[in-house]
Amino acid sequence: MSDEKKFRWVGTRPIRPDGVDKVTGRAQYGADFALPDMLWGRVLRSPHAHARILSIETGAAAALEGVHAVMTGQDLPDLFAEKAAAAGGHDDSNNLAHNVMARDKALYHGHAVAAVAATSREIAERALELIDVEYEVLPHVLDIHAALAPGAPLVHPDRVAQGIENSGPSNIAKRLQIGHGDPEEGFAEADEIIEREFSTRPVHQGYIEPHACLAQTTQDGRVTLWSSSQGHFMVRDYTAKLLDIDLSLVRVIPAEIGGGFGGKTTVYLEPIAVSLSRKSGRSVKMVMSREEVFRASGPTLGTRIKIKVGVTREGVLTAGEATLHYEGGAFGGSSVGAGCMTIFAPYAFPHVRSTGYDIMVNKPKGAAYRAPGAPMAAFALETVMDELAQRLEIDPVDFRLRNAAKEGTLASFGPRYRRIGCVETLEAVRDHPHYSAPLGPNQGRGVALGFWFNAGLQSSAGVNLNPDGTVTVLSGNPDIGGSRASLAIMTAEELGIEYEHVDVMVADTHAVGYTDVTGGSRVTFATGMAIIEAVRDVMGQLCQRAAAVWEVDAERVSWHEGEARLDGGFEPAPLGLAELAKNAGKTGGPISARAALTARGVGMGFGAHICDVEVDPETGRIDVIRYTAVQDAGRAIHPSYVEGQMQGGAVQGIGWALNEEYVFDDEGRVQNPGFLDYRIPVASDVPMIDTVIVEVPNPAHPYGVRGVGEVPIVPPIPAVVNAVHAATGIRFCDLPLSPARVLARLDEARSPGSA
Amino acid sequence: MQYQAVKTLEEAVERLSRAEGEHMPLAGGTDLLAQRRAGRIDPKGVVDLKRVPELAEIVLDDHGYRVGAAVSGAELGEHPTLGQDWPGVVEAAQLIGSTQIQGRASMGGNLCNASPAADSVPALIAAGALCSLVGPSGRRELPVEEIILSPGQTCLAPGELVAHFRLPRPGPRTGDAYLRLIPRTEMDIAVVGAGVALELDADGLCTACRVGLGAVAPTPLRLDEAEAILVGRRVEGPVLDELAAAASAAARPIDDMRATAEYRVRVVGVMAKRAAQIAATRAGG
Repeated sequence: MSDEKKFRWVGTRPIRPDGVDKVTGRAQYGADFALPDMLWGRVLRSPHAHARILSIETGAAAALEGVHAVMTGQDLPDLFAEKAAAAGGHDDSNNLAHNVMARDKALYHGHAVAAVAATSREIAERALELIDVEYEVLPHVLDIHAALAPGAPLVHPDRVAQGIENSGPSNIAKRLQIGHGDPEEGFAEADEIIEREFSTRPVHQGYIEPHACLAQTTQDGRVTLWSSSQGHFMVRDYTAKLLDIDLSLVRVIPAEIGGGFGGKTTVYLEPIAVSLSRKSGRSVKMVMSREEVFRASGPTLGTRIKIKVGVTREGVLTAGEATLHYEGGAFGGSSVGAGCMTIFAPYAFPHVRSTGYDIMVNKPKGAAYRAPGAPMAAFALETVMDELAQRLEIDPVDFRLRNAAKEGTLASFGPRYRRIGCVETLEAVRDHPHYSAPLGPNQGRGVALGFWFNAGLQSSAGVNLNPDGTVTVLSGNPDIGGSRASLAIMTAEELGIEYEHVDVMVADTHAVGYTDVTGGSRVTFATGMAIIEAVRDVMGQLCQRAAAVWEVDAERVSWHEGEARLDGGFEPAPLGLAELAKNAGKTGGPISARAALTARGVGMGFGAHICDVEVDPETGRIDVIRYTAVQDAGRAIHPSYVEGQMQGGAVQGIGWALNEEYVFDDEGRVQNPGFLDYRIPVASDVPMIDTVIVEVPNPAHPYGVRGVGEVPIVPPIPAVVNAVHAATGIRFCDLPLSPARVLARLDEARSPGSA
Repeated sequence: MQYQAVKTLEEAVERLSRAEGEHMPLAGGTDLLAQRRAGRIDPKGVVDLKRVPELAEIVLDDHGYRVGAAVSGAELGEHPTLGQDWPGVVEAAQLIGSTQIQGRASMGGNLCNASPAADSVPALIAAGALCSLVGPSGRRELPVEEIILSPGQTCLAPGELVAHFRLPRPGPRTGDAYLRLIPRTEMDIAVVGAGVALELDADGLCTACRVGLGAVAPTPLRLDEAEAILVGRRVEGPVLDELAAAASAAARPIDDMRATAEYRVRVVGVMAKRAAQIAATRAGG
């Protein structure tokens, strides 16, 4: 894309098509749907972190007036036990099925054990109190140390670790190792080596909208679901799979989504709602309370990372080695694989090795959270990079630039990078006025670099030309971050028509082709590619229609600025979109096109953040006083929504660094299942997050798009922690940096005995 | 749940004493409704007090202020002189919740919810506020620090309610302030809080002072030692350190998920010291 094209819409900031409905409150989210015969479903959850379910007595609940159905795990088919047994106990579908509702054992406090459908929410809740569950409480394990201790209680006594030969049952679900070269050789060449250990605590994605759905079933086996998720095809496929229903019989209608951040890429309620609906013959609505969201839906759990990095006196990295332990919750399945792959990814390491362990503990099943696994890994690497720069007395950005990955660098996770914008992003940080602005007392500045792959995956699209010259676009991706706007912009740009003449609809599973979840920062990139392909098909059809009108070969007609032109000229008068659309019935029928693809050539994403903090030496409270996020977006289709992603990711990362954490008591119960004591930042907690969009186009995308949604949560933790070091001289290796912990470390540093 | 809005104190008292324990008084409802939703309380009915004139108005006369127990934080902030005379009290009340909550939440409700961490209470203790209570056996007056007995428990008799707070019109060289520590910047519960009210003479020496502490004991505390430390001295340097040490010494907090006891002991001193500095500045010191 060296020949800079002039765009009419790409890079502009029009109002998003879904904006008015959202600000006026008309947009329909998961809990906004209702049917005349609707019942309310509620879930009974385990009061124990680990317990065998001896019996469940549901008779009294079923007898309560207004109750139409009661179910337990025994009502769900047990379809995957054999497959799981053949794989050492590990099978994703089996895990999902047992997470949706416990069968023989409850594996965490809050694990679903039974459910009720009744004519009102209140009656359903009263019915839950009448269900009598007999538990045999078992000893539990709550963290990595406890899970790996000799003689630790086993979350699943029948499971053996994948990736470790000849091992017996343990709480290790999986071990994996990646890398290249020989780290020992690399460390032998190093002049400086730093080895540190880091830990992070469980955090929640913190989406504002609780999980919610409405299920309708019919006697002939059809299922309709209205559901808020990051992918209605995912909801369809998982629900059908767990309940053994043909996919063609399940239709999922996407609701608007009030935040997901990865946490809505799985199902919790839908299979239960469908089961209750089948049992009762009525439609069933389920909405989690906030407390249920915290106790039973996808956190990203605790991690421990040991890292060792070697560097020459000149500041050239020689080797990196890391051992990562990630809690995956009650079933394993943590993001440790992505942690291993991303931890050394931003730099050229001649020798590198990462070993990951996925650990099972009696906590909720972990779910994806925005760049899953990467922020914790970046915390470890970028804190050590900061310390190395300090030891070598090199500016931290210069140090990173000396080692930054570029086109041709062998990435730590395997391939060689194609064109990437890591260097350009760091240069923009170095040249930004924030980087050299003066600081006051008790203030410090930190920088950090972050990487995320971004995803391609499968996308489908439909483009229908309407007789009035407007265009309807069908996408299969719920719009989380403004994708309707970016898809409409690319459509209008291709066709050369007004942005307002394009409407993008998030179509249900029966109306558009299969599309993978809105995740991996993929929609503008991958679904955008499908839409561009379909739009170009429409443009070809338009040229053919014009050729037919002019009675010339179609090859002589081409599409420019919203009209068909013969030989690129103006004689005969070009035919515009509106005219061709109006006459489509007479020239061959309606004009529409579909496209479906697996997107290739995903653009790797890099972001670097600058953070200034002020630390109160008497209370340990940290204020973030200035923050700048820089990121390579490839090309920003709608810059406001790119900036919005950068700001949102930065704020989530700041929260993770400073105050967010699950507090578990000794019994494994979450003590802070609500936004009062689970402290995501409020607006006044953060300064305006300045943004700088770097554009190094992705050569594989027609407009150069790279994914932008996840990268910005990767740098904030180390940026904050490095800033706190600059302000206090203290390196923090354990999150979060809440006031009491910071004050304790400040006191330690001030005490006479300390170095 | 039954809802009844009463228009007179007599009606309120009659209603609350007739169905004692079953009907709860409702002011802003920002604690009551949240607790009901969480299943912690399940009253048969609520008696809405906001239409009782004495509870809903701020009156300034020769005796000082009478601030209705149900006056919202937003209304406290809008009063033409209250915020100038008692900035610490108004700021404390306005720290409660969000902008939306400020349209509802009242100091009477904040006090009677009887949380050790109630933000307005240490400021009211520092200000020397008196509570006017009305119940089946008539009216009585108590200092604010005597109302809360333990977390969630007040000294109010069955059917009794807080009608208004009485605050004096402060002299010329007086000032008050309230500070709390929260990990966030707003919409949080105090980890610790400290309110200070003091008076200075022409030379900048303290002539009177009162200090209230929050979230460091089962109830908000009055720091009795404050007077001995500050009176007759300038509010600066080692005097402030002595105040901080006294506040920390008086604290007997618990460990909970919001903070350790150790941290609370330490930081309540810092808050008291800083609040005293602000109060002294406001007093013209």
